[in-house]
Amino acid sequence: MNLSQLSPFTPAVIDEVESVSGNDPIAKRLRELGFVNGEPVRIVARGPLGADPLLVQIGFTRFALRRAEAQRVRIHLAD
Amino acid sequence: MSHSLIALVGNPNCGKTALFNQLTGSRQKVANYAGVTVERKEGRFTAPSGRVFNLLDLPGAYSLDATSPDEVITRDICLGRMPGEAEPDLIVCVADATNLRLHLRFVLEVKRLGRPMVLALNMMDAARKRGIRIDREELERQLGMDVIETVAIRTGGAKALIEHLDRTVDTQAARPAAIEDDVHAQVRRILAAAVAMPRATSAIDDRIDRVLLHPVFGLAILAVVMFFMFQAVFSWAQPLMDGIANGVTAVGAWVTAMLPDGLLRSLVGDGIFAGLGSVLVFLPQILILFLFILVLEESGYLPRAAFLLDRIMFKAGLTGRSFIPLLSSFACAIPGIMATRSIQDPRDRLTTILVAPLMTCSARLPVYTLLIAAFIPARTVWGLFNLQGVVLFVLYVAGIVGAFAVASFIRFLRKDKSEHALLMELPSYRMPSVRNVAIGLWERALIFLRRVTTIILSVTIILWFLSTFPSPPAGATLPPIDYSFAGRLGHLLEHLFAPIGFNWQISVALIPGMAAREVAVSALGTVYAMSGTEDAVAAQLGHTIAAQWSLATALSLLAWYVFAPQCMSTLAVIRRETNSRRTVAVAAGYLFGLAYLAALVTYQIARVLS
Repeated sequence: MNLSQLSPFTPAVIDEVESVSGNDPIAKRLRELGFVNGEPVRIVARGPLGADPLLVQIGFTRFALRRAEAQRVRIHLAD
Repeated sequence: MSHSLIALVGNPNCGKTALFNQLTGSRQKVANYAGVTVERKEGRFTAPSGRVFNLLDLPGAYSLDATSPDEVITRDICLGRMPGEAEPDLIVCVADATNLRLHLRFVLEVKRLGRPMVLALNMMDAARKRGIRIDREELERQLGMDVIETVAIRTGGAKALIEHLDRTVDTQAARPAAIEDDVHAQVRRILAAAVAMPRATSAIDDRIDRVLLHPVFGLAILAVVMFFMFQAVFSWAQPLMDGIANGVTAVGAWVTAMLPDGLLRSLVGDGIFAGLGSVLVFLPQILILFLFILVLEESGYLPRAAFLLDRIMFKAGLTGRSFIPLLSSFACAIPGIMATRSIQDPRDRLTTILVAPLMTCSARLPVYTLLIAAFIPARTVWGLFNLQGVVLFVLYVAGIVGAFAVASFIRFLRKDKSEHALLMELPSYRMPSVRNVAIGLWERALIFLRRVTTIILSVTIILWFLSTFPSPPAGATLPPIDYSFAGRLGHLLEHLFAPIGFNWQISVALIPGMAAREVAVSALGTVYAMSGTEDAVAAQLGHTIAAQWSLATALSLLAWYVFAPQCMSTLAVIRRETNSRRTVAVAAGYLFGLAYLAALVTYQIARVLS
């Protein structure tokens, strides 16, 4: 599954960030911001309209990602 | 003795600017880097030993693998590759002690450059409060650099850093350290070795966000905050604005009284002082609005507002990040356009700059008030609202709707359809520090005054010239402005403006009104040969125009003012911020086009109906 499908406050772990094109600057930046394999991740809030953007807690930081950005992040649920 | 040059680098939200303020106080110089609109901030401080340090506050960056103009500057200066900038003797990398997983990655990236550096471990007070324990010596060993604790928001919170710099700046050399390919894994190992964290987030942040980002309460709170802010801007500023207007008028009268009657006196009185007064008067509104914006920004709330509104603004071709610049534009488009620097995507930034002049700035109010008072009856509609208030509200809404429509249209036209990223960090909530807010206000006031006085001064002098020369012939019966260049131009424009219902008096007044919107009021007064203070002119003028203009003409002029870029300073700032004459031409062209179209539709419909 990907991060845009995750329910709020459900702990999950990142597998990887997929590039949607050969040179995907958004995927690259996501990796730089710490969206890398093994990192725990959680949705802590969603925008009031269309549940977009998503507020993602990763490590000690919160990032607002639009759904299209979150779709690049492949995850699995934490045990 | 030579001065040591120190560069401050760090992630956005690491408290770098607060540390810069703490170190340098108000001894700062703010400018742009050559050729780009990236802010260059330099300051200086003297250590107890008497040694003087020059401090450069580099733009915040998440990575040196640059994706924005800010990050390019930061990278090039760290490497000493930026033309015209000296290579720093020492890099001080600032990291938020409560956000080390993200910030240490950047520290390692800077370390890889192989330059002398120290780490300032900032926000140590917040870290202690949250029970975060950091083994500083272990961290120094792991990173291969000195690590100094700082609390940038507390007086004296940078003392240890100053002492350290004083002691070691000459002897600092780059220490080798192995940087692995997988920086994230290395960060994880360093954290495991040197840092103990009871929990990942601050419990208070979690609780506040549950309320402020709630789909219903969050939006309601945002609406209340905005309402309170505008209420304050308009009610608190009024006495100060009156004071400034009276002050400028008094000084102007005193100065002109000493000059002999003639051209010089007219230039000083009608040109310089009238021009300065018409702009200075907006300073209180701008400062009050910025007081709110700075406090909300420092506290961490504004990124939350951007989060709540991102979806709506994205649909309209903007981004949540446009919220702050557009909000500022309600006071004045000039600081609003300057605030677009915080928008990373160049396309989003350009769109925001182009629509910012559509927000109803305070300079439109004198014109709106004059026309509404003269033409709209003060009766109650739907048993609740005052019709005059409803019309004013409609004018505000028309600007916002216009901005959204234009932004959507720009997106439709744009060839580059690739995705726009949001990727916005929401920082921890913080108590705003009085010192940072005060320095921020001071900076903005200076920038506004410096820009506006130079631009407005030159423009008003040119317009004064156009409205004064040539002088009326002997035995002239019409007001002098009618014989001037501006008058002749106005008569030419009358043909162009006839379809939208403007008579020659309005056409003439619109020319000096290019300096600033509200100047049109006093210019109309001049054309109708009235004299006296602005208030007195406005009162007489109301009666005159109510008797001479049709309702359709008045509504048409209101519609014109919603869109028309009757403000040279705004166009000049667009030029500065985009470095492109083409953008200025596009902005002026489309705004005049829309204004004409809106006025035409309004005039023709109103004529048919009445």
